[in-house]
Amino acid sequence: MEIIKIIGALITLLGSVFLLLGSIGLIRMPDVFTRIQTGTKASTLGTLLSLLGIGIIYFDIAGKIFLLIVFILITNPVSSHMLARAAHYIGVKKADVTVVDELEDFENEKLNNKTKISE
Amino acid sequence: MKIKSLIISIITLFVIWVLLNMKLSTEVLISGAVVSVLVGLIFCYTCGIFDDLKLNPKAIGYWFLYIFVFIGELVKSNFDVARRVVSPKLPINPGFVEVKTKLKSKLGRMILTNSITLTPGTLTVELKDDTIFIHWIDVKGENMEEHTNAIVSKFEKYLEVIYG
Repeated sequence: MEIIKIIGALITLLGSVFLLLGSIGLIRMPDVFTRIQTGTKASTLGTLLSLLGIGIIYFDIAGKIFLLIVFILITNPVSSHMLARAAHYIGVKKADVTVVDELEDFENEKLNNKTKISE
Repeated sequence: MKIKSLIISIITLFVIWVLLNMKLSTEVLISGAVVSVLVGLIFCYTCGIFDDLKLNPKAIGYWFLYIFVFIGELVKSNFDVARRVVSPKLPINPGFVEVKTKLKSKLGRMILTNSITLTPGTLTVELKDDTIFIHWIDVKGENMEEHTNAIVSKFEKYLEVIYG
């Protein structure tokens, strides 16, 4: 039994290392979008591994842990997508290293069409 | 064919109920079955979200294959982003790129874009018909075909079999 607990603790530790790296990225990255990349998603594996480790230690709640993992996999991308989309629509400043922005042209085109219709 | 969506949602609700309880006693199973059928009938009477799902053996096999491919990509790109975060020069090359998808069904597109968002380094910002706009932390390649091959194709070839 002891060995299973040690394995579970090690997996949780590995998950917390990924969470730490995500937090470091949150400070180091230059703009909103790259922060969303590291802050909400370099931590995906961190959260999953932490939960998996807990599920291995306390095996009687493994079903609930599995459900938690599934719901995180469904809801996490929706929230980060909406944050990024809202940030881009209100025109948050992008970092200077940004190489290409094909979405901007698309949005401008849509805006022009709207003004044409209203005229 | 609405009955397929109804049956799939009832089964999903029932499985969630059993996993939450973590035991297989008769009361739990009977009350779970009654409640999931009721909730399914009330909320999914005319919904068609699972209609595109194919249920032949090949598609189910590809489901499991897809889960493994996805976990592999998740781990690989997590290590890639972690490497970028800790390296002193911060080697990022971000940009918004436009890619096309061949998938027709709505559920398939949702799974595809959610998978793209869940893999670190790529983030779906906008989806319009078959065009997806992605914020990519390290833009490689020049035109849309190269971007599509680099991001979408690895997931798309499995989802095409599952959703058509």
